[in-house]
Amino acid sequence: MAWREPNATMAITFRLNDEVVSLDDDGDTPLLWVIRESAGLTGTKFGCGRSLCGACTVHLDGRAIRSCSTPLRAVEGATVHTVESLSHDRSHPLQRAWLEENVPQCGYCQSGQLMSAAALLAQNPSPTDAEIDAAMRGNICRCGTYLRIRRAIHRAAAELQRGKA
Amino acid sequence: MTRSLDQKPPRRWFLQTAVAGSGALVLAVTVGPMIARVRRHQKIRATEASTGIFRPSAWLAIYPDDRIVLTLDRVEMGQGTTTSHAMLIAEELEVDPAWLEVEHAVADRRYDHPEFRLQMTGGSSSVRTSWERLRYAGAVAREMLRAGAADAWGVPLAECTPRDGAVHHDASGRSRSYGSLTRRAATQPIAAPALKPPLAHVIIGTPVNRVDAPPKVDGSGVFGIDVTLPGLLYAVVVRSPEIGARVVSFDARAATRRPGVVAVVQISTGVAVVAERSWQARSAAAEVNVRWESGRRDIDTPSMTEQLRRLAALPGRPVRNDGNAEAVLNEAAGNYLEAVYDLPHLAHAPMEPQNCTASVKDDRCEVWAPTQAPGLAREVVSSTLGLPRDRVVVHTTWLGGGFGRRLAADYVLEAVEVARQVSRPVKVVWSREDDMRHSMYRPQTRHLLRAVLAADGQPRAWHHRVAAPSLLAGIIPSWMPAMTPDAVPASVNRQLGGVAERAFEGDWVADPTSTEGASDTPYDIENLRVELARHEAGVPIGFWRSVGHSHTAFAVESFIDELAVASGQDPFLYRHQLLRRAPRHRKVLVAAATAAGWGRPLSSGRFRGIAQHHSFESYVAQVAEVSVTDGNLRVHRVVCAVDCGRVINPDIVKAQMESSVVFGLSAALKQRISYRAGQVEQSNFHDFEMLRFDEMPQVDVVMLPSSDDPTGVGEPGVPPVAPAVANAVTAATGRRIRTLPIERVLEGQT
Repeated sequence: MAWREPNATMAITFRLNDEVVSLDDDGDTPLLWVIRESAGLTGTKFGCGRSLCGACTVHLDGRAIRSCSTPLRAVEGATVHTVESLSHDRSHPLQRAWLEENVPQCGYCQSGQLMSAAALLAQNPSPTDAEIDAAMRGNICRCGTYLRIRRAIHRAAAELQRGKA
Repeated sequence: MTRSLDQKPPRRWFLQTAVAGSGALVLAVTVGPMIARVRRHQKIRATEASTGIFRPSAWLAIYPDDRIVLTLDRVEMGQGTTTSHAMLIAEELEVDPAWLEVEHAVADRRYDHPEFRLQMTGGSSSVRTSWERLRYAGAVAREMLRAGAADAWGVPLAECTPRDGAVHHDASGRSRSYGSLTRRAATQPIAAPALKPPLAHVIIGTPVNRVDAPPKVDGSGVFGIDVTLPGLLYAVVVRSPEIGARVVSFDARAATRRPGVVAVVQISTGVAVVAERSWQARSAAAEVNVRWESGRRDIDTPSMTEQLRRLAALPGRPVRNDGNAEAVLNEAAGNYLEAVYDLPHLAHAPMEPQNCTASVKDDRCEVWAPTQAPGLAREVVSSTLGLPRDRVVVHTTWLGGGFGRRLAADYVLEAVEVARQVSRPVKVVWSREDDMRHSMYRPQTRHLLRAVLAADGQPRAWHHRVAAPSLLAGIIPSWMPAMTPDAVPASVNRQLGGVAERAFEGDWVADPTSTEGASDTPYDIENLRVELARHEAGVPIGFWRSVGHSHTAFAVESFIDELAVASGQDPFLYRHQLLRRAPRHRKVLVAAATAAGWGRPLSSGRFRGIAQHHSFESYVAQVAEVSVTDGNLRVHRVVCAVDCGRVINPDIVKAQMESSVVFGLSAALKQRISYRAGQVEQSNFHDFEMLRFDEMPQVDVVMLPSSDDPTGVGEPGVPPVAPAVANAVTAATGRRIRTLPIERVLEGQT
C-alpha cells in the first residue's frame, strides 16, 4: 500500500498489520490519525488525545502503546498492529472470550481494551486479577465493563493454555 | 397498565402500521411503494411490492432471500436495545434473534417515541414502550406468513406452524421459508393476532448473546466518528474560553497557510478550521487568533454554591404536602434534625467525543450522528437551514456512550453550520477538552432536610427543600417544534415553546425533573413536605444518567440513614418499617440486604451501607461494602437488587446494573465539574476521573422475579450508589458525608 498525502513533509515507512506502508506526512501527526484516516482502519478510537484513556491502544513492535500520543516519526521502520489484525473472523481467543462474556456495551473503548489485553497475554500467559488490573488500568470504560473484561481475559488465557498443552 | 393478551392490540400501533406502508421514506434506498391499509375490525391488508420485500410494519422487512431486517427505532449506546428489541420481535416471529439484521432508523415521524412524541432514546423507556408493540409487529408478520403458506398449499390455517424462519405443514412434511412467502404474505388479510402467553416464551427471559457485540470486538462497528464519505473534510472548532463569549473577529492568516487547510469559517460557537485531515485541522486551529467578547466571568462555583445556600434557606414552592410538616417542625421548637447535602455539576464524558458529519446541498442536507435524538437533530437542521423536514436526512450510527449528553443537538448544528460554508461534506470532531468543557452538565444542587422524630425514633415530620435549576425550562423551547405534529407551523411552535418556557421561568409549574425521587419518596411519614427552590445557574445543563434521581436519591437516602443512626436503629430495619406501604421497594431492600449478609459480621475493617431508590418505574436497592484506611476509601463489593418487572434478557439487566454501579461510583467518589471566572476548570480524564480497573469492586446482582410489564434498567441502578457508599463510609468512620465527591471530602478539600 502507498498513500500520497496532499502536503507531504517527510517520508515514513512502517509495517501496519503486516503490510508495508509508505507515506509522506507531517512527522508530528499522531499515529492514531494516520491509522484512521490515511489507512482507513477506524477500529482504533480517539478518546482523550493525551494517553489518559487507552481507547487508541495499538501494538508497536508488540508493545501496547497509545497511538494518540505517538508521533508518526516514531514508527519509522517499526511494526504496528491494530485491532483489525487480531483475526479476520473474530476467532482470536480474546475476541471469542469477549463475545462469550458479552463484554461490549457501547463498545467504543473495546478495541483499545482488546489490544491492551493482547499485549498482556503475549507477555504473561496466565495473569492474576492483580496483574490484569495493573496492565489494564490505563484503559477506561465509561460503561463499566471491567468485571467482564477481567473474566474474558482469564477465559482467553485458559484457552491459550489449553491450546499449548 | 397491564393489558390481557386476548384484548385488541393498541390502536396506536395499528395507526403506525398504516403510516408505515404509505411511504417508503425510511428505507428509501431500494424499496418500491408499499401500501398497507388498516381496515375496520383490525384487519390488515398489505399490497405486494414490486421487489417482493414484505414490510408488515415500520420495524420489519423480510426479503425474498430470507434476510430479515429489523429497523431499530431507538439508538444503541450500550444499554442493549439492539438485542432486547430483536428478542421481542423474534419471539413472536419464531426466528433466532441473531438472524435479524439490525439497521438504525433514519429520522422519521413513524419512529417517534410514543410518550415523548419525538424520535429519541432516553428515560430508560425503550423496552417498556416497545414491549407490546414489537411483539405485535412480530406476531402480525408471523400470521401473515402463515396465512400466505395456507393459501399457497390450500390447507387450513390451523395446520400451518411457524418455526425457525419457515412455515411448516407437518401433516404433509412440507415447509416454506419466510423469504419464499413474502409476496403471498403481503396480501393476506388477518385478524388481530394473539400474543404468546409468557409461559410459551423461548427467547424472552433468556440470556441471549448481544447481537451488537460482534462488530464491537473487531473494530468494524461504525460509530459517528468513523463515518467516511467521498471527499470528506475534517473540522475542528476553536471555542470560546468563557461561557457565553462570542467571536468579535479572528485572524486566520497563519492557520490558512498550514498544510491541508481548506477553509476557516465562523460559526455560532466559534471558528472552525476545515482541512483535508483531522490532525491538519487540529494543529492549524492552534494558530487561529480569535478576539472574543468577554463572557460570563461572574460565573464560578463558589458563587453558585452561595446562591444555592441562600435559596435553600428560604421557603420554596411546595410540590408535595402531606399532613402539616411545617406545623410539626414549628412545634418542635428547634428540637429537630437538620442536614444539608451538596452535589456538584457533572459531565457525561462518553468515551466517544461529540462529533457529527454533514453534507449540505442547496435543497438537501444529510447528517450522520451518534445522537440519542434523531428527531430533534432533524428539526434543528431543518430550522437552521430553512429546509423542509423531508429534505433533511438524519442517519444514526452506533453511539460511543450517551448517558443523556447526546439528547442535545449542539454538535449536529455545528457540523451543519460548517458544511453549509464549504462545498464538501465535513466531519466535526470535538477534542476531549471540548467535550469536558462544553457539556450540558448534571446541575449542581443543594438539599436541605429536616425531620422531627417521635419517641420511638420514627419520623413524625419530614421537610425536604431542593434547590436546583430547571432542565425543562431550557429544553422545551427547542424540543417543542420537534414534538408537535409536522403540520403545526413554525410560528405556532415558537409560541408554544415560548409559553412553555415562561411557564417554567415564571414558576407557574414546578419542573418535575428537579424533585423526582424526592417528591415521590415512599417512606410512610404522616407530615411530609417537599419544596423546590428554583436556581438560575446560567450554565448549560442537561439530562445526565438518572436525571433528578441522581441527586435526590443521595439526599433522601443519606438523611433517612441519619435518622436511623440518630434514633439508634439499624438502617435496614428502619427503612423496612417506613416502607410499610411500598411493597416493591421493601422487597428489593430485603433482597439486597439478604444477599449482602446484612447484620452478619464482616472481615475486619469493612463496613456496610445501604440505600434504595425507585426510578424509571424500577426498584433498586444496594448494599456497599467499604473500608477506609488512612483516609483512603476502597469499595470492595456492591450488592444490587433490582425489580424491573419481567426480565427480557437477564444478562443485559445484569450488565446495566454493573454499568450503573461503575457510573455511580465514578461520580460518588471522584467527579466534579467546577467553574472559575466563567470557565470549566476540568479538561480531561486526569482531572475528571473515572473508576479504573484496579478500583473495581465485586458486583453481585439479584433480579427479583416478576410478571409485571418490563420497566427501565439503563438508569435505575445509578441513584442508590452514592448514598449506599456514603452511608458505609459513615459506618466506617463515624463521619457523615454530605458533599460529593467523597474522595475530595476525605482529602479535606471541602
